[in-house]
Amino acid sequence: MSADSSLQDFIGQQTHRSFWAWMLSRQVFWVALAAVLACIALSTLTSTFATPQNLFNVTRNFAFVGIMALGMTIVIISGGIDLSVGSTVLIAGVVTAVLMTSGLPLWVAMPAAVGACLFVGLVNGIFIAVLGMPPFVVTLGMMSIARSIGQVLTQNRMIYTFGPDQALLLSIGGGSQTIPLPFLDHLPIPNPLIVLVVLTIITSFVLRWTKWGRYVFALGGNEKAAVLTGVPVKTVKISVYMVAALAAGITGFLETGWLGSVTNSLGSGLELTVIAASVIGGANLAGGIGTALGAVVGAVLIEVIRNSLILLGISTFWQGTFVGSFIVLAVAFDRLRNQETSE
Amino acid sequence: MAVLELENISKHYGAITALTGVSLTLNEGEVLGLVGDNGAGKSTLVKIVAGNFQPSEGHIRIAGRETLLHSPKDARSKGIEIVYQDLALADNLSAAANIFLGRELTGRFGLLDYRAMYKGAAGLFAELKSETRPRDLVRRMSGGQRQAVAIARTRLSDPQIVLMDEPTAAISVRQVKEVLNLIRRLKEQGIAVVLISHRIPDIFDVCDRIVVLRRGSKVADKPILDSSPEEVTGLITGAIKAA
Repeated sequence: MSADSSLQDFIGQQTHRSFWAWMLSRQVFWVALAAVLACIALSTLTSTFATPQNLFNVTRNFAFVGIMALGMTIVIISGGIDLSVGSTVLIAGVVTAVLMTSGLPLWVAMPAAVGACLFVGLVNGIFIAVLGMPPFVVTLGMMSIARSIGQVLTQNRMIYTFGPDQALLLSIGGGSQTIPLPFLDHLPIPNPLIVLVVLTIITSFVLRWTKWGRYVFALGGNEKAAVLTGVPVKTVKISVYMVAALAAGITGFLETGWLGSVTNSLGSGLELTVIAASVIGGANLAGGIGTALGAVVGAVLIEVIRNSLILLGISTFWQGTFVGSFIVLAVAFDRLRNQETSE
Repeated sequence: MAVLELENISKHYGAITALTGVSLTLNEGEVLGLVGDNGAGKSTLVKIVAGNFQPSEGHIRIAGRETLLHSPKDARSKGIEIVYQDLALADNLSAAANIFLGRELTGRFGLLDYRAMYKGAAGLFAELKSETRPRDLVRRMSGGQRQAVAIARTRLSDPQIVLMDEPTAAISVRQVKEVLNLIRRLKEQGIAVVLISHRIPDIFDVCDRIVVLRRGSKVADKPILDSSPEEVTGLITGAIKAA
């Protein structure tokens, strides 16, 4: 009888002893800590960091990367990768621009842009899930194809007029809201940041509380197990790439409004920054691990590093060195910590 | 009572014959040891019962009724569960998440019901008398605990028959004992177990009956008490022709 009750005790035990032990075991926590320390240091070292204008720029800049990193993190959790998101941003921008220039209203152009991006994701997903091709190869091909199609659509011209709804487009992507919150008194909050916050909450919720979220993790953990237990693997895989493309599409639309123009280079090279943000935020490229919050924190850290180098007067050529070092450091740190806890 | 009857099962792959005229009967709550050398036809036989392969000839009866098993899903719906050799667990997920994978319990608005799944998993582990915590990640578990998760998963559908492919192949001695205990728990619940193993001592530890295959044919089918490890080894290698 006592053996039985001790068994019950064991089974009923919590895995994590305390909230703090749990916090300290998260990569997100350490990266967030690094970002916060960097912000504090910059606020004291420079007089330019903690100004409303600089904070406005920083938050808007990381919002774009952050939104895309949410989608990328989901793909990485599922055990895949999407190299085509930068080009998908261009597709969204070009479709928005071309349709609006031809006089169509925003409410036609935006769904069309998002639809075009979803189609890009669908094509990626079908080649990966149904034909069983490696995600790296498929999305590498799509990266090239989507950028080339974008170039064809723009005829290599810069588009900077957007028809009758131009003012609306610019105010959505480039505008801001002042929310009467304590401490943030009349600080303008850029629209992309609001979109990022909403999407982060939705992504976190979906990953934790829906079957779909559970299947994404299962897919990254052991795809064969997912197949054997009857998880609709192909459908989930296709949807994952569509979500990444959707995130890129939303970014492309907002960025078009912010920049007020579309050129061929829109979103070029962005895929690597986005992957970096996801990885710094704790997403494991081997699949099965990652969080929405981590993606955002990773994006914050990258932007804070970038911004700090500019403010400290260090040549922008050094940015790559710092961001690259952080990618390696974050993963190395995580690896060391995990070795400790597993022994 | 016979839960599963195989009658004259044969399987050919073109000119190659994997099984010839194998018949066997599995009774309720019986643990049947299936042994044989590599290529003797164990895997083929198990895959036929699991619904992966269709037999070339012969009949399958479940609870006395003639049946065709079209797919693993079909077999599962007819009360046959398989514990795969590599266990098919996602080690980034918790024990409970693995048990309910593909069959998640949902509450309001179709959202995952964590509490119910943890409770369900805890109940299954208690039933199996296994020291496994539903919230633990499978990555951090011992081989024995992983087996417990894989076996607990089969219990979810309340099967009549559980097929286990080499469950004691790559784990420590202490964990082997744990796994054999899990098999006994299944037997207590009236579930028939087919245990495929290379480890003759394990077979003699838990099985009621032993079936030996050699080159696709059944060469022995007898109660474990009437046999001996020496005889079984002889049957596997062919030193003894039949028993």
